[in-house]
Amino acid sequence: MKHLLSTEDLSLSNAIRILDTAEEMAAVGDREVKKLPALRGRTVVNLFFEDSTRTRISFEAAAKRLSADVINFAAKGSSVSKGESLKDTAQTLAAMGADAVVIRHWASGAPHRLAATDWIDAAVINAGDGTHEHPTQALLDAFTMRRHWSKLAGSASIGADLKGMRVAIAGDVLHSRVARSNVWLLRTLGAEVTLVAPPTLLPIGVEHWPCKVSYNMDDTLAHGVDAVMMLRVQGERMNASFFPSTREYSRRWGFDDNRLRALDSLGLKDTIIMHPGPMNRGLEISSAAADSPRSTVLAQVRNGVSVRMATLYLLLSGETREPAATPGTAASNAAHSTKESN
Amino acid sequence: MAENNGTYLIRGASILGAGAEDLLISNGVIAARGAAAAAHKDAHGATVIEAAGLVALPGMVDVHTHLREPGREDAETVETGTRAAALGGFTAVHAMANSNPVADTAGVVEQVHSLGRAAGWVDVRPVGAVTVGLAGEQLAELGAMADSRAQVRMFSDDGLCVHDPVLMRRALEYVKAFDGVVAQHAQEPRLTAGAQMNEGAVSAVLGLTGWPAVAEESIIARDVLLAQHVNSRLHVCHVSTAGSVEIIRWAKERGINVTAEVTPHHLLLTDDLVRSYNPVYKVNPPLRTDADVQALRAGLADGTIDVVGTDHAPHPSEHKECEWAQAAMGMTGLETALSVVQHTMIETGLMTWADFSRVTSTAAAQIGRVTDQGRPLDAGEPANIILVDPAARWTVDPAKMATMGRNSPFAGLELPGQVVATFYKGHPTVLDGKLNTPYRESAAAAAGAS
Repeated sequence: MKHLLSTEDLSLSNAIRILDTAEEMAAVGDREVKKLPALRGRTVVNLFFEDSTRTRISFEAAAKRLSADVINFAAKGSSVSKGESLKDTAQTLAAMGADAVVIRHWASGAPHRLAATDWIDAAVINAGDGTHEHPTQALLDAFTMRRHWSKLAGSASIGADLKGMRVAIAGDVLHSRVARSNVWLLRTLGAEVTLVAPPTLLPIGVEHWPCKVSYNMDDTLAHGVDAVMMLRVQGERMNASFFPSTREYSRRWGFDDNRLRALDSLGLKDTIIMHPGPMNRGLEISSAAADSPRSTVLAQVRNGVSVRMATLYLLLSGETREPAATPGTAASNAAHSTKESN
Repeated sequence: MAENNGTYLIRGASILGAGAEDLLISNGVIAARGAAAAAHKDAHGATVIEAAGLVALPGMVDVHTHLREPGREDAETVETGTRAAALGGFTAVHAMANSNPVADTAGVVEQVHSLGRAAGWVDVRPVGAVTVGLAGEQLAELGAMADSRAQVRMFSDDGLCVHDPVLMRRALEYVKAFDGVVAQHAQEPRLTAGAQMNEGAVSAVLGLTGWPAVAEESIIARDVLLAQHVNSRLHVCHVSTAGSVEIIRWAKERGINVTAEVTPHHLLLTDDLVRSYNPVYKVNPPLRTDADVQALRAGLADGTIDVVGTDHAPHPSEHKECEWAQAAMGMTGLETALSVVQHTMIETGLMTWADFSRVTSTAAAQIGRVTDQGRPLDAGEPANIILVDPAARWTVDPAKMATMGRNSPFAGLELPGQVVATFYKGHPTVLDGKLNTPYRESAAAAAGAS
């Protein structure tokens, strides 16, 4: 594994390897000195073309706990906002000797471009690209689910998959990189996924995905579910006729207090409620649900650091790197489009 | 081969893929065909071209080329684009109007036309914009462009759709006054806001905004009905979906005066290639599915689709060396068109070389009203002829092309067929598969006088 670009092409053995390594990394976080020397002298660049403080500081904490040098490169307020191309930015980072580039980009496929071209020869980690994928988010979600699922089974997490676990992912699947990465990874790990969404927020072609699709949240809960993952509703969808109003959305597809009570009445005492954050309380998730003992929201954040440590460690330790690519010249306009902030 | 008096004896070429015959080219026309060629008085002293194993075809006519000049001379010029055209086997190209300034006045179309004449590699036929500045709001002076020295007959806002139904109706009606045709870029703009690739199984996985087939098909359905209503002539640019083929087939059965074109890349490539996120595969309309490719091939073979148009769209490298969403749409095509059509249509048994000459030359010249092109290879006809080696195979290398654009989606692909010679108005612009010299009106006149 040289890069982590997507979960679609992540093998079961590599997925388990990352999750198992993350368990070891989690143990470091419980120590008084939360630091390993593993990546001393290595440089990790957080290249963010889209604001995401949460993801950026999670990667920063992960890299620092492994003793790597961290450079944060935010597109805003940098040469990128003056029109520097991705190619020139990448070549600049290569010239500075970056060993890994953690890239967040509003354009789907931007991490693939970095990995496929000769602009830079660093390990590329996709920290969320457009509406495509967010593999470390899916890995931290799977890590959280695996701990829960193993605990219920009374067995250890290490080496385990998610066979038999029923997971509902609800909300704006069409524009969600989190949903995509989760569908592929959960498939690989053996979970049964149901997507719950208004038909307008499901992509054409979803019928080919390895999951079930439902338009009805209550039916999905009634069929039994072990984890419910609520997706954030983006502000810009609200006035684009994807649904009539935020209230109707909340009633039909939100995880509100009634549905929280329904889990109890349905006897689903071990079902967890997940959210990648940041949450729109009162829209896709009620405060009572977000703050309930079922909620794993903060555990997800905590596990995010462990999973990102594992990813950086596996991609950077012990590998020999080729010399950086030769620079060329190019310029193109950097324009910004839609953003997803989780 | 040295310059001579402009007389060429082509020996033993397979005419349109049929039996081997001789052709004598003299004074810009086919002086004789068959046994009469060698016996003709002008044959004495003619440059002999041994053409055994080669197929002789009428020079190809492209209904859809972007030459980028004026305005984007960093992408292509009339000179470089027409060199590419000659090497690709073309003797005429229709230069699309989306230059800068837009070709929406007699002045700009005359400029492009005269640049083409000065270059001398092919007949450059400017396409006039339908609306001022391609803005889709107000008709450009179509009559002035028709009456200009460029004699524009094809009008298009290509790159953008004439989406206002009233404006489209008026344009279709107005061009009847001078036997013009409106070439529509069928793309409903609201259904394709921010669209990046074909909407379907692949876009769902890649998270790229979908470009639904219905955005093309709904405009074509509307436009064929408008063309029927006002009894005018409609041409549909770069048809890309199976549904579009069905609608055009239906329209033709009803007697509606519609013609349609397909690009070589839509005959071969599918949206699976977008999985690489390599913008060399980004094009408008987008690459579709294999079912669409098969329907397009069938439509071209049965005549539903009349012509192949390259939609040759060169871009400077920085417009492709970037994120998919940032990249420009378009692919080069002039130097690969013949090979791709041979590969997809002839080697599959769907077409003969005679069919090839219809879809790349005869029908294209008729759509553009280019009267001296797309003609039979008979005595007395203008000598716009290409010689093709159908047995040749070559590997596409964009760096070796005459076009300035390096954005060929066929790079690295091995394809059949090579243009050995191109005769434009009786003058060899290409010989031995290499650029020769451009056609010069004065030189031809001098040769004619000798």
